[in-house]
Amino acid sequence: MRLNADRLTALAVLAPSVILLAIFVYGFIGQTFYIATTNWQGLGAVEIRSVGLQNFEALFAGSGLPFFRFREALVNTVVFTVLFIAACLSLGLFLAILLDQRIRAETLFRTIFLFPMALSFVVTGTVWRWLFSPRSGLNTLPTVFGGAALPPDQWAWFTDRRQLVTFTWADASRTVVILIIVGLLVFAVTAALRRRPVQALIVGMIGLSLIGWFFLGGAFEALGTVVRPLHGVNLAMVSIVIAATWQMSGYTMAMYLAALRGIPEELREAARVDGCNELQVYRHVVLPLLQPITLSAMIILGHISLKIFDLIYVMAGGDNLRVDVPGIHMYLTAFRGNNFALGAAIAVIMLILVAFVIVPYLINAFRTEVRR
Amino acid sequence: MSALALPQRRQAALRRRTFTRAAIYATLIFWALIYLIPIYLVLVTSLKPRAEVSLDQVWTLPRQVSTDAFIAAVERLSPNFLNSVALTGPATILSAVLGSLNGYVLSKWRFRGANIVFPLMLFGMFIPYQSVLIPLFQLLSQLRLTGTLWGLILTHVVYGLPITTLIFRNYYAEIPDELVEAAQIDGANFFNLYAKVIFPLSLPGFVVVIIWQFTQIWNEYLFAVTLTDPASQPITVALSQLAGGQAIDFSLQMAGSFLAALPTLLVYILLGRYFIRGLLAGSVKG
Amino acid sequence: MNKRLLSLFVAIVLGFALVGSAAAQGGGKLEIFSWWAGDEGPALEALIKLYNQKNPNVEVVNATVTGGAGVAARAVLKTRMLGGNPPDSFQVHAGQELTGTWVVANRMEPLTELYRSEGWLDKFPKDLIDLITYEGEIWTVPVNIHRSNVMWYVPAKLQEWGVEVPKTWDEFLAVCPKIKERGVTPLAMGENWTAVHLFENVLLAQLGVQGYRDLFDGKLSWESDAAKAAWTLFDKILDCTNPDAASLSWQQANDLVIEGKAAFYVMGDWAAGYMTTTKGLTPGEGFGYAPAPGTEGVFNMLSDSFGLPKGAPNRENALAWLRTVGSAEGQDTFNPLKGSIPARIDADVKNPNLYNSYLQSAAADFASNALVGSLMHGAAAPESFLNDFQTVISVFIATRDADLAASASQALAEASAR
Repeated sequence: MRLNADRLTALAVLAPSVILLAIFVYGFIGQTFYIATTNWQGLGAVEIRSVGLQNFEALFAGSGLPFFRFREALVNTVVFTVLFIAACLSLGLFLAILLDQRIRAETLFRTIFLFPMALSFVVTGTVWRWLFSPRSGLNTLPTVFGGAALPPDQWAWFTDRRQLVTFTWADASRTVVILIIVGLLVFAVTAALRRRPVQALIVGMIGLSLIGWFFLGGAFEALGTVVRPLHGVNLAMVSIVIAATWQMSGYTMAMYLAALRGIPEELREAARVDGCNELQVYRHVVLPLLQPITLSAMIILGHISLKIFDLIYVMAGGDNLRVDVPGIHMYLTAFRGNNFALGAAIAVIMLILVAFVIVPYLINAFRTEVRR
Repeated sequence: MSALALPQRRQAALRRRTFTRAAIYATLIFWALIYLIPIYLVLVTSLKPRAEVSLDQVWTLPRQVSTDAFIAAVERLSPNFLNSVALTGPATILSAVLGSLNGYVLSKWRFRGANIVFPLMLFGMFIPYQSVLIPLFQLLSQLRLTGTLWGLILTHVVYGLPITTLIFRNYYAEIPDELVEAAQIDGANFFNLYAKVIFPLSLPGFVVVIIWQFTQIWNEYLFAVTLTDPASQPITVALSQLAGGQAIDFSLQMAGSFLAALPTLLVYILLGRYFIRGLLAGSVKG
Repeated sequence: MNKRLLSLFVAIVLGFALVGSAAAQGGGKLEIFSWWAGDEGPALEALIKLYNQKNPNVEVVNATVTGGAGVAARAVLKTRMLGGNPPDSFQVHAGQELTGTWVVANRMEPLTELYRSEGWLDKFPKDLIDLITYEGEIWTVPVNIHRSNVMWYVPAKLQEWGVEVPKTWDEFLAVCPKIKERGVTPLAMGENWTAVHLFENVLLAQLGVQGYRDLFDGKLSWESDAAKAAWTLFDKILDCTNPDAASLSWQQANDLVIEGKAAFYVMGDWAAGYMTTTKGLTPGEGFGYAPAPGTEGVFNMLSDSFGLPKGAPNRENALAWLRTVGSAEGQDTFNPLKGSIPARIDADVKNPNLYNSYLQSAAADFASNALVGSLMHGAAAPESFLNDFQTVISVFIATRDADLAASASQALAEASAR
């Protein structure tokens, strides 16, 4: 009796949070989806009506420049995410291994590598905006050592307009679509071979329906209608990657360091007894044990980089095409350009991208927990 | 033990070891200096008088130390600094308290469906906030809460719930169930149990959560820039405008950056241990 | 409930109460929203001071969002208006930015009655009144007139380099390599909006007054040969600008000219205010000015004005503010500091103690030249067009694809005409 009353109290205590999150997360996401299927302009007297998936079609296959800008932002985000994760992981691991060598003043070093994490992206953006200002900042650092300042047109940092690899949207998007479909089908076949018919069926159906949608439904042709201007790997993104890595690499360092400390000394000792030198100990014993941490770090960093907004907005301004990202484009489209429907559509795409990274991770984390 | 007394081979090994150690320290110091470059620039620039700041002489030490930039920054930013304090305080404490209660329920009063409800709650901490920004803005407008700190506090409390709940849930999972059961046999009800057993053990958990939330909310920008007006802007928004369209007054910008960074930096330096714990808790399983 | 828990909740409630009382609004306030801060701030402050002399009990909240030409401010203002939290009065460019955005959306109060009671109807130029009139009502009070098509330089430097002030863009392109050889940037430029600003004056030079007007009236296509030629020309001009433009504010780009690192700068005449007030230079000596190439005899104008949003929390104070803004005294207080000419025709613009030689010449041009409205500064096209046009410019700067820019602009024009 007593227990039942307590159980009810427990649920009642949890309820407000659950309700608030249900509204603020799921209700709002639903509303954003809805707005994305209308023509709502915020101000103005235009009657709001449903336009179906037109906003999404326009973003992916429309010929207007605002849509081109979205695709450029999408490409930039992918480039940024890859470079940023690679930089944070390698630098973080490198520093963690160094710090794991029984270093005197370890706390001091750790504090220095980690302190940028405590700062706001706005502060980082403000400071690095100046460090990367082509006429000043880092470009004039050589003068301290008696050298000549780097020429601003060659070292243009976030104002750089050059692209390294260029490709058309048609090629890029079609390649991605094909890769996704192939990936799904391969997954389905593997599942079937492993005698998991439900998984195989579901994933196979998704893959087949994508094939149907793209090839029979004409979406594949639509993606190919826009070929100009070219997208590419923008040099300007490098400066954003450096600033973001400065801020976040301490995080991967801390994760790796914690993991290194968790590896029992006996394991390493055993490897040494087997004749491994220090490098081999790391290659064969330590690094394999760090894999789960690497995966976690990739997911955390990945979801941060996919939604990045403030760092770039403060550092490089809002209308800098070569470093544009969906987070900025969404904000300006909705709150400056008044096009709330299109802004909502961009937000939906951002959410789907992040969900691709996060949902499998959450499912996996909880499945293992339940099993335990 | 003296090195001379050692056989030749061990001496060589020792020399190699000393060399490796020196290389490790040198590399560490090199990287530490790189990480500190921006701080050097901030300090040096903010201590220069405005006239001494020029584009091609950024790295020199100030010939004459001036606190003008700091005085100007304090003058310009102190209302926003206070806004940030008034925002961060209540939002942090409220989300911590709610997180603690939620964590208590989810770890000690597990109910059927908890394994579905909790991941669904957690998803809220990963979403890009752009995907809720427009409806959030609509709702707060209808409640007449845009342009005030209240709207922003509510926003941060709600979106802070997933992480605070997660940290407390994992933290309370370490408290043995036997303690809870013993108290229940003694007749403790839901709240007694929380007050007598759980809460007294919660201090480290609260420190971690409060530090984490404090840092996140203090540093946040997107909600702040969308939901406040100039009278209620927190310091991040004011700082971004200081840097936006002004003439070359870098000393003011840098002093402002320092001011905006100071509270979280202090917390980090004084309570770094807990900060790192919050950081690692962010990766769901901790 | 347990005692410790209770005390915790009491603490929280107390905390909330403290915050609440800090945020509580007192009576007798006036909040003015603008993007004038820093170097443009003193003019507004002087106007506020004048207002306070007449309305001593009103506490004025000077809400500024910086960022040249109000690019950031417009986003913030929009969120506030949409959020039902309007300021009492806000700065808005006369023309399409006012009517196309706010009046059409039914967010403003008409001010025709104020004009009648103050006797202002014949005190402002007719062209300007037309610009702020929509469906028979007047909607804002203009405080000044700025000129967009001005080219700035330092006479002593030009002499040193042996460079003449170009009268056309062809002349400029001819002299561009010569200036480059000296390691000097021929034309200074700043972040994205200053590129739009430059482009509108290239467009004006290329199309002439009638063509420019026709373009924004929808009578001339953006894909016509004449309009396309403007993009090709703009491409060549961009090659003469500094590569780090995106990292500079308009003031920093201006500084390049003052420091002799760049030769010319096309910018609105708030640059004159910056160079005289902040940099202490004398017009004609410390800095020189000429109409932007190919725009002699044309005055590309914009006007800052203040309006009364519906639902302004302190409506009476806002009306008193508008009376100050529209008074001859107010305009003569504001404009000499801002570096603009007064919007009122009966202001004391001939007074050399108030208005320097540049402003005198601008006032003379304003009276005699053909007038057109600025694109970047809200007179010529609606804001929805402008927002996307900034994307067009940022794409063009990166890709230099004239055909693409032309067709994209035409698409935008058609979309915003609908």
